[in-house]
This record gives sequence, structure tokens and C-alpha cells, in this order.
Amino acid sequence: MKNIIQHISKAFDHRVRLGIMSILMVNDFADFNMLKELLGATDGNIASHTKALEKEAYISIEKSFINRKPNTRYIATKSGREAFTKHIEALEKLINPNE
Amino acid sequence: MDNKNYLKDISDIKTMMSRSSRFMSLSGLSGVLAGVYALIGAILAYFELKRYDSAIYTDTEIVSDNLDTTVFLNLVSIALFVLISAIVTGAILTMRKAKKQNEKIWNPVSKRLLVNFGLPLVTGGLFCIVLIQHGILGLVAPATLIFYGLSLVNASKFTIGDIKYLGIAYVIIGLIATQFVGYGLYFWALGFGVFHIIYGTILYNKYDR
Repeated sequence: MKNIIQHISKAFDHRVRLGIMSILMVNDFADFNMLKELLGATDGNIASHTKALEKEAYISIEKSFINRKPNTRYIATKSGREAFTKHIEALEKLINPNE
Repeated sequence: MDNKNYLKDISDIKTMMSRSSRFMSLSGLSGVLAGVYALIGAILAYFELKRYDSAIYTDTEIVSDNLDTTVFLNLVSIALFVLISAIVTGAILTMRKAKKQNEKIWNPVSKRLLVNFGLPLVTGGLFCIVLIQHGILGLVAPATLIFYGLSLVNASKFTIGDIKYLGIAYVIIGLIATQFVGYGLYFWALGFGVFHIIYGTILYNKYDR
């Protein structure tokens, strides 16, 4: 049991952060507006949670300009993908310990 | 520690993964209606050919110079009429369903869907024009079925995954049609008509209700 709990990452312990990681797992990248629309969260909310995930090095941020407007892309890093996969596996084991 | 929260986490993850990568508002009903239009079109085309007693689609030669311009233009108008009706119906029903599901109709996912669907489809369309240009009329019907099938398979990664099997069915029937050159119209009716109706009904029962 202890072994399982240790994979439940505190970094994903929030609906928005969980959502950001889920989106980045299946997309090569996502920009700020896409995250905002899909998660129905405020600007400040997305900004603080992406910052938290970046601090863990689970996502990386690319800033660029599209038509002279600043555009921020978020990409899941390799370690972020690994950590999130482990997180999902741990969740599944907690729900269904017999499998 | 309660299981409920973990369950909700897992279901949230699944929802987000599918919402962010698949456009799920495609309407099954629009598939059924597209099939109905196609059948009506096929019947009209059949009588058109009967009326002029044209040899275009009963000609069993792959290369045919029996291209009667009036008949040909009438057939093209029928095809365009079917195509436009199907697209307009599909667009309206999909917009309605997107609204109901709170999904934006024009988002990164639907754009990706259109590009991936459109690329093989446009290629196929141009290829068919080339076939007509060279008078290889016998292969036009099989080619439309094959390219439409490939478009569906390609698009299935970005929408309801089930349409992959519909796509494979089109490719198979298209390949079979290459061996029965005089019967293009019947294969069209079977593919674009019957397949759409059957599959649209399945999707409607599975996702629209």
C-alpha cells in the first residue's frame, strides 16, 4: 500500500493540474487559450497551475509570437509523462486493488 | 482516502484526454440523412441513364469514350446536389449537437479533424478528375469509395473512433468495385447510401441519445 501511495503525486492533486496534464499527454502541445477553454478556468488559475507544473519540470513552456500576438505553448516533458503515467496507474490500483 | 475521489480523478482524466483530442459532436443522424440523399441521388441517376439509354455506367470497359456531355453534366449536377445537401445537413446537425454538448464547433480539434479528413478526400477528388480526363470512367466510382474510406480512417483518430471501421468497409467495397466495372452506380448506392444509413443509425443510438 505504501508503495502505491508514494506514486500519487502531490503535483497532480488538483482538478486544473490534473486537467492540464491530461490534455498535454494526448496533444503535442496546447496553448494558453486551449487550456483555458477546455478546463473552464480563469487566466490567473491556469497561470498559477502551469507555473507549479513547470517548477516540477513536468511541463515546459515555449513563448513565441503569432501575428505579433504573444503565444504561449505548453508541452509535457518526458519526466512529466512518466510521473503522470505512474500517477494514473496508482489511482487505478487504489480503486481496484485486486488487479 | 475515499475511492470516490480517485474514481472521479480517473474519469476527469479520461474526459479531458478525449475532449482535447477528439471532436465528439459529429451527429449520427446526419450520417443517416446523407445516406438517404445518396440513395435518392442514385435513383435519379439511374433514371437519367435509362432515359438517355446511355452506356456510361453499363459499359464494362474501363476506358470508355461513350461520354455524352448532357448526361454527364446532369449526373454531375445530381452528385453535387447530393453532396451539398449532405454537407449542409451535417453542418447544421453537428452545430446543434456541439451546442448541446458545450463543445465549440471551431476549435483546434475540429480543425485537425477537417485537415485530416480533407487531405485524402481532396486528393481522391483530384485523382477522379484525372481519371475522367483520361476517359477512365470505369474506375471513378471505385476510386471515390476507396478515397472516401481512407479519409474516414484518417479522420477517426480525431473523432468518434468507430468511423474507422466504416472507412475500412468503404475501402473493401471500393476494391471489390474495381472488378465489376459496369456496376459503379450500384456500388455507390450501397456504399454512400446503405453504409451511411446503417452506420449513422449505430452512431445515433450509441452517441446521440
